[in-house]
Amino acid sequence: MPEDHNQLREIAALLASQKLCVLATADEGVPYTSIVAFAETADLHRLLFVTTRQTRKFRNISGNSNVALLIDNRTNTEEDLHNAAAVTAAGTVQEIDKDAQPECSSVFLDKHPYLQDFLAAPTTALVALDVRSYIWVDHFQHVVQYDLPA
Amino acid sequence: MNLIASYQEAHAAGSAECGGKAAALGFLQFNGFTVPEGLCLTCRAYRDYIGGTGLGERIMMELNRKPMDKMRWEEVWDAALRIRNMFLRTPLPQELARSLTPLIEEHFGNRPVAVRSSAPGEDSGSGSFAGLHASFVNISGTEAILEHVRLVWASLWSDAALMYRKELKLDVFSASMAVIIQELVHGSVSGVAFSIDPAGGDNAVIEAVYGLNQGLVDGTVQPDRWKVSRKRPLRLEHYPVPRGSMLVPVPGGVRCVPLPPEAAARPPLDDAQVGAVFDQCLSLEKLAGTPQDMEWTINDAGAVVLLQARPITTTGSDPDDKRVWYRSLSRTFENLKKLRERIEKEIVPGMLQDASQMARLALRELNDQVLAAEIEHRNEVYQKWIKVYWDDLIPFAHGVRLFGQYYNDIVHPENPYEFVDLLGSRDFQSLNRNQKLEELASIIRQDEKLMNSLQQGGEYELFQAFSGKLAQFIEEYGDLTSPLLRRASGLSAGMRKLLLEMASRPERKRHVTEEDVSRLTARFAMQVTPEQLPQAMEMLELARVSYRLRDDDNVYLHGVEAQLNAAMLEGQRRLRDPARELTAEQICALLCGREKPEAESAPEHSMAVFTEQKPQSGISVTARQLTGQPSSPGLATGRARVITCHEDLAGFCNGDILVCDAISPTMTFVVPLAGAIVERRGGMLIHGAIIAREYGIPCVTGVEDAVSEIKDGANLTVDGFLGIVRVD
Repeated sequence: MPEDHNQLREIAALLASQKLCVLATADEGVPYTSIVAFAETADLHRLLFVTTRQTRKFRNISGNSNVALLIDNRTNTEEDLHNAAAVTAAGTVQEIDKDAQPECSSVFLDKHPYLQDFLAAPTTALVALDVRSYIWVDHFQHVVQYDLPA
Repeated sequence: MNLIASYQEAHAAGSAECGGKAAALGFLQFNGFTVPEGLCLTCRAYRDYIGGTGLGERIMMELNRKPMDKMRWEEVWDAALRIRNMFLRTPLPQELARSLTPLIEEHFGNRPVAVRSSAPGEDSGSGSFAGLHASFVNISGTEAILEHVRLVWASLWSDAALMYRKELKLDVFSASMAVIIQELVHGSVSGVAFSIDPAGGDNAVIEAVYGLNQGLVDGTVQPDRWKVSRKRPLRLEHYPVPRGSMLVPVPGGVRCVPLPPEAAARPPLDDAQVGAVFDQCLSLEKLAGTPQDMEWTINDAGAVVLLQARPITTTGSDPDDKRVWYRSLSRTFENLKKLRERIEKEIVPGMLQDASQMARLALRELNDQVLAAEIEHRNEVYQKWIKVYWDDLIPFAHGVRLFGQYYNDIVHPENPYEFVDLLGSRDFQSLNRNQKLEELASIIRQDEKLMNSLQQGGEYELFQAFSGKLAQFIEEYGDLTSPLLRRASGLSAGMRKLLLEMASRPERKRHVTEEDVSRLTARFAMQVTPEQLPQAMEMLELARVSYRLRDDDNVYLHGVEAQLNAAMLEGQRRLRDPARELTAEQICALLCGREKPEAESAPEHSMAVFTEQKPQSGISVTARQLTGQPSSPGLATGRARVITCHEDLAGFCNGDILVCDAISPTMTFVVPLAGAIVERRGGMLIHGAIIAREYGIPCVTGVEDAVSEIKDGANLTVDGFLGIVRVD
């Protein structure tokens, strides 16, 4: 991660502080959201989550790999309006071959060791979002977009 | 803790719930000192109010628009004004009002009272807020008392209090406030007493004025001063002052009035009275165990009444006592009136005279040595006026702020900046200049042949109406598109483009008309009481002058700078040095045949307004939505024109959005072309905001990193209602 970017450090800190996020997928233009457990790679270029292949979200991403994840630090109090920060990670997803890329499973399990059995199940897919951009929002309305090099 | 406590209950409960001032009054009363009868509204009342109305989160949202340490003082002031207006417009929750009203009614009825702040930590030895929180004197009736309680609460969030808490590294956001309501003592003489001189030495100090003590505390009335030996027999050293005025209660507040001649001729205290005040102060010090600073007044019966007391926070001269500076952030009406006189009679005529005197000199006829001396002289003159600009002209802008607060207190407007519309701007120098530009553009617009000729870079001298007016314009203002405001004859490429661009669209009219100003002024006059009217009009008049000077002073100063530039330009011409960045000192040295000295860094009060762009890194960072202050309402979309140096202004096209670090009056000639303005420097009363409102152009100020995060040419949408800039 480039050291000169304070804001990426803020994004890294937010991602590290959260375990769950909202996944937005689309089925022929119809949006659908789900809560998923996620983990981030050290360079922040990739976010990983798991899902069984029978779910609606998996069906949606099989048909349209463009997705977004929303990670935020709301506390469900009125202070959120001035205090909370949120980041949207946008990009395309692909299923990871768990055997061929065990390092991806490690990244995920480091953050979510309790999901070991769930990840290991043959019906569960490990999915990677290759992040194209982060859109950071804080101070209620302040929005900055970070486009990562391809 | 109850909503209301007696002084002695406040003393028992301590400073955390009732504030230091109320606790101290309890201590004084318990020990037999005479204090004005009264009670304390505890911090619980404040918490119930901001919690029950949602005001707490509104304040947090206001103060978290951007990090406090990135806010300029003007932005903090703006935030404080908006917060104050929230307090003015937000009534007590019903339950709280139901609890407080009968208690206050029963206690004070219609008797006049003082409503004073008593914030936890306010009067502690380590961090005194003396003079930073508000107190109001001569308030009558429960409704008015409760309204002023809200204003005292609001003063917890005043610009000075916010910045002082930040300075002391106190938690800005968890502050709370108790309030003292006490009967008003109509003191004929009042003052302060220090049991030991805070400036050093081993004497006590007593200061006294005729009338109410507020005149002394806020600096309106200069006090007589006594140094008193702390050992008996008492030795008094009296330092008299010219006595001219005193503060007296008038309906709804206080007023500074002339002192009757017999009082002016006599010190406010005789020696026996000085001794009586000193005795009280010393016995208080003995009881409290630390040197004390007390405010007192002498009642009708001739007894010394203590209004408040606190430990002396600084003994010995403390160069780090920043309170003085924070208190100087607001100025009294009397102080501003004096400043106005100095500005109108000395400063502005002085600047104009210096500029015109320099303009009379034929630079081309001087030999190199004399020219070098002239450049040096002009540089000194310019530096002198820059200092005056910072010391006197910038503080005079407080005239606008003072009126703003006064207006809001009376009108309670939905928009806390409504008062700006009353100020008008018909005589602004920069707007008059822009009007003349519009007239030139208008001639081009109506004359197709002239327009064609100018578009093709051809002649215009034959079009006499145009060339005559143009010559006059250049003579008066110089070539606006040249950073040195050259007065060269003829039309530069930059001016040609500017005028053609202005001619390509319909004339831009001023947004605020004189009828609007008259209508608003009449409406304001209806809302004040007949007793308040003379003062209200006087304050409005002062604010108008302050508002106009806010803009004009830069134009005058620039007139002086232009003369320096002219001499430097002549120097450079003789040196045939193509480098544009030579300083005055370097040009002088080269003209006299000496070696070129190293350029010094920019002086402390540099007028430079351009900043460098931040270097970019591998990751592409794009601001998508930036927030600032909504400084002029409206919505506009257009191409971002990011101005980083004066030359960038030349490419400015009609409808472009002006994005810059800070607009100076020398840049405002492009504003009539702009679709909107986005500025890094924040504030509602900065040039960009003033001129944007004048033309009805949306404007957002205080956008951190506007120049570095917005790319030239980006498509922008500027929301001047909410202070949002959207980047596509």
